Amino acid sequence: MATVTPVYPATRRNTELALLVMAVLVATGAWAVVGLTEDGTLPPGLALYGGGLGGLAVVLHLVLRWKAQYADPVLLPVATLLNGLGLVVIHRLDLSSSRADQAPRQLLWSAIGILAAGAVLWVLRDHRVLRRYTFTAMVAGLVLLLLPLLPGLGRTINGARIWIGVGPLSFQPGELAKIVLAVFFAGYLVVHRDALSLTGPKLLFLRLPRARDLGPILVAWLASVGILVLQRDLGTSLLFFGLFVAVLYVATERVSWILLGLALFLAGAALAASTFGHVQQRIDIWLHPFAASNADDSYQLVQGLYGMANGGLLGTGLDRGRPDIVPFANSDFIYSSIGEELGLVGLFAVLLLYGVLVERGLRTAIAVRDGFGKLLAAGLAFSVTLQVFVVVGGVTRVIPLTGLTMPFLAAGGSSLVSNWIVVGLLLRISDLARRPAPEVRNGPESGDTGVTQAVRVP
Amino acid sequence: MNRPLRRLSAVVAVLFAALFASTTWIQYFQADALNNRPGNSRQLYAELGRDRGSLIVAGQAVASSVPVDDPYVFQRQYAAGPVYAPVTGYYSIRYGTSMLERAENDVLAGTSDRLFYRQLSDLLTGEKPRGASVDLTLDPAVQQAAWDALDGRKGSVVALDPRTGDVLAMVSSPSYDPNALASHDGEAVSKQWNALLADPDDPLTNRAIGGDLYPPGSTFKLVTAAAALESGKYEESTLLDGPAELDLPQTTSTLGNDEGTACGPNDQVSLIDALRISCNTAFASLGMTLGADALRTQAEKFGFGQDLSVPMRVTPSTFPADPNAPQLAQSAIGQFDVRVTPLQVAMYSAAIANGGVLMKPNLVRDVRAGDDLSVVETPAPQELGRAVSASTAATLTDMMKAVVARGTGTRAQIDGVEVAGKTGTAQHGAGLPPYAWFTSFATKGDRQVAVAVVIEDGGTVDSAYGGRLAAPVAKQVMEAALGG
Repeated sequence: MATVTPVYPATRRNTELALLVMAVLVATGAWAVVGLTEDGTLPPGLALYGGGLGGLAVVLHLVLRWKAQYADPVLLPVATLLNGLGLVVIHRLDLSSSRADQAPRQLLWSAIGILAAGAVLWVLRDHRVLRRYTFTAMVAGLVLLLLPLLPGLGRTINGARIWIGVGPLSFQPGELAKIVLAVFFAGYLVVHRDALSLTGPKLLFLRLPRARDLGPILVAWLASVGILVLQRDLGTSLLFFGLFVAVLYVATERVSWILLGLALFLAGAALAASTFGHVQQRIDIWLHPFAASNADDSYQLVQGLYGMANGGLLGTGLDRGRPDIVPFANSDFIYSSIGEELGLVGLFAVLLLYGVLVERGLRTAIAVRDGFGKLLAAGLAFSVTLQVFVVVGGVTRVIPLTGLTMPFLAAGGSSLVSNWIVVGLLLRISDLARRPAPEVRNGPESGDTGVTQAVRVP
Repeated sequence: MNRPLRRLSAVVAVLFAALFASTTWIQYFQADALNNRPGNSRQLYAELGRDRGSLIVAGQAVASSVPVDDPYVFQRQYAAGPVYAPVTGYYSIRYGTSMLERAENDVLAGTSDRLFYRQLSDLLTGEKPRGASVDLTLDPAVQQAAWDALDGRKGSVVALDPRTGDVLAMVSSPSYDPNALASHDGEAVSKQWNALLADPDDPLTNRAIGGDLYPPGSTFKLVTAAAALESGKYEESTLLDGPAELDLPQTTSTLGNDEGTACGPNDQVSLIDALRISCNTAFASLGMTLGADALRTQAEKFGFGQDLSVPMRVTPSTFPADPNAPQLAQSAIGQFDVRVTPLQVAMYSAAIANGGVLMKPNLVRDVRAGDDLSVVETPAPQELGRAVSASTAATLTDMMKAVVARGTGTRAQIDGVEVAGKTGTAQHGAGLPPYAWFTSFATKGDRQVAVAVVIEDGGTVDSAYGGRLAAPVAKQVMEAALGG
C-alpha cells in the first residue's frame, strides 16, 4: 500500500528576498549615477533613500514571512523596483527645478504606502472578509468619488476637479475609490452572476441580458459619464467603466456584456466629444499635435514626444537629457522622462515590470478558488493595466491624453499609497491561493490512494 | 471563471503589446524625424551645450567651436569666413544650419550612428559627449587661388582630383561671412540675415552645386563630341558640315557661328577643329544626326540627372526631355533647356582626364574624434561608372589639348604643362551679358586637376568669350593645384 506524503509548496520567501535585494541595488545604483553625473560625487541622500526604500521593503517582506508566507514572491520586488525608479527620476528632476522637495515627499509617501500594505496584510487575514462590506464599499466609493465636488473641500488642479485639499495637503480620493469599488464590483457580481449570465433572450449567437438586469451597467455608465462631466476627468471615467465591464465579463463569461459596454462607452465618448469643448480639444490635440493651431495646447504632449525621440534606443543617460522641459515631467509625463534618459531599453524594462505585476495578479485570480477572490484579484490587476494603458497610451498617442498617474512611478501620494494597498491585497489573495490545504488523512478503510478533498477549510 | 480570466489575460497582453509598439514607433522609427522637426529646441539645447566638432582643411580648422562666457557655452567661429562659407555653410542659433554644417550635423554634434562605438566607449569611460571633426579634401592653396582669381566677380569655381573625386576647391561668389550668422547677438544676426536674403545676388547660395542652374554653352560640345566618338561612326578627323549659318528644320530661323563665318573650306570642318574653334553649326548638325537619346544617354553617363551628395545635396543637371529638331540643335551646343552646375562641368573634364571613369565628387576626407583626433572613418573613393571608353577619353583629350594649344582657350596655357580645356559662352536671354565658361584639366608629375569656372556677368555681350574671362581663372587654379 502506498503511503502518501503531503506536498507542501515552497513558500519562495527566500526568492523574494533575493529579488528584493536586486531591486533595491538597481534603484540605489541609479540614484548614485544621478549624483555622479551631476557633480561627480556620491549624493548625500544615497544612504537615506537606498536604506529607506530597502528597509521599508524588508519590513513588508518580514510581515509576509510572518503573516502570509505563501504569498506571490514577485509582486513585492517588482513594486519596490518601480517605486525606487520613480524616486530616482523624481530626484533627478528636483535637481533641474527650483522646487526641489518632491523626492523627500515621495519617499515619505512610499513609507506610508508600504506600511499601509503591511497593515492590510496584518489586519486582513482572509480577503473573503471584505465580501461582508460589499455595500459599505459601494457607498464609500461613491462618497470618495463625490468628495472633490463639495464646495470648500474640492480643488480644481489643471482643469480636473479630482482633488480634495485640507490646508497644504491635497489628495485624490479617486485613487482610493478604485480599490473600494473593485471590492464592491467583486462582491456584487459574485452574487448576481447567475442571474446576469444565464437568463435573457438570444439574438443570433449572443444571449442578451434581460432588461431589468441592465440596471447595474447603466448605473456604472452614468456614474462614469458623471465623472467625465462634473470632474472633467476622462482618465478616471475610463478607468472605472473599463474596470466594471472587465469584472462583469469575468463574472458572467458573456461576451454580450463587453459588446454592450463598448457600445455604451463609444456612445458616451461620442456624446462627450460633440458636447464638451475640452473633450473635443483633447481629441484634436491627439490627432494633430503638431498643427500650428494646437501649438499652445499640445505643448506638453509634443515636448514629451521630443524627449522620447531624444532618448532614442539607449537614452541620454540619467541627468544628461532635458526631461525638465516637459510640464509635469515627474508625474503625468514621467514615462517620457524615463524614455529620454534611459531610452527605449529603459521603457521596455518598465513596461515589462508592469506586465509581470499584472500577470502575477491575473495568475492569482486564476489560482484562487473562491469567486469573490477571483473577481477582486482580476479587478485589481486589470485596474493597474488600464491605468498604465491610459497613461502610456496618452503619452505615446495611442489614445487621447487623459489625466491618470503611472502606478508607483509618478510623483503623488494618493496614487502611491493606493497602489501599495492594491499590492497588499494581491499578496493576501495570492497567499490564500497558494497555501496548501489542511492535511487530510485518508483512512486505511477507504482504500483510496489519492488525496481527495471536497471542501476546503480556510 | 477561469476561461474569461484567460481571455482577459489575452486582452491585457494586447494592450501591453500596443504600448510596446507605440513606444518603439516613437523612440526608434520616428526618432530622427522628431529630432529634426524645426520646432524642436531640445536638439539645439543639447547641441549648444556640447563641444561641436570642427571642419578641418589641411590641419587648420575653418569652422570650430570656442568656449564663451554666455548661456550658449560655445560659439561657432569661421576662420577664413567668406572663402569657405559656400562649403562650411553657417551654424546659427536662430536660422539653423546649411551646407556641411547641416549635411554633417550628426557627426559634428556627435550624435551620428557612425560614431556608435566611440559613443559607447565615452559612455563607459564617463567622457562628456562631444562632436567629431570632419577633415575636408579641400586644398587651401587651390581654394584661395580660386577665390583670388574670381576677384569678387559673380561666379563659381570647382576643382576636382579626377582620380579620386576629391574636391580641391569649391568657391562661390559673392559669398558672406558666416561669423555674422553664428553670433549670439540675436538682433545683429537677424539684421544680417535679412540683408543676405534681400541681396539680389543671393550670396547664401552655393553656385557650385545648387541654386539656379546655368546653361553650359559650348562646354557641352564635349558631351556631344563624346557621344559621336562613342557611336563608333566618328573619329577626330571625320569631316562635319560647318556652314556660317545652319537652317533649322521646321522653322524659318537659323543658327550661326559667333564669327559669322564658315568653320572651314567648303563649309566642311573636322571634328577636332570644330571643337578647337567651337564651331556651333558643326555641333548643332552633329547633334541632330546623333539624336536626343544618344546625347541624353551620354550626358547621364557624365552625371546628368543624378542625385549626388558631396555630402551636401547637388542639384541634378538636366538635359531636355523631348526636344524637337531645332531645340535639339540648340541643346547640342549647350543652349535651349540644358542646365548644369559648375560641379557637373568639372565632372566631365574629370572623367575624360581619368581615362573615361567618373569618380564621385566628395568633400570629406575622414572623420576624426577624441582628443588626438584619431580617424574614425575614411570614405573610400567611389566610382560613379564609366562615362566613355578609354580610347574616346584619349581622343577627347587630344581635341581638348588642341583647344588650349591653338584654339579658343589659349589663355589657359601653362608653361611646361599640357593643358586640355574647352571654352563656353552661354546666352541666357536677349541683351543679357552671357555666362563665360571654361573647363579644363592638366597633369604634372603625380598631381592632376580638373577645373570648371563660370563667370556670370561677362561685361558686354561680345567680349564675354569663356576663353577671355574664364580661362585665366582656370589657369591660376590649375597652377595652384599642380604646385610650382
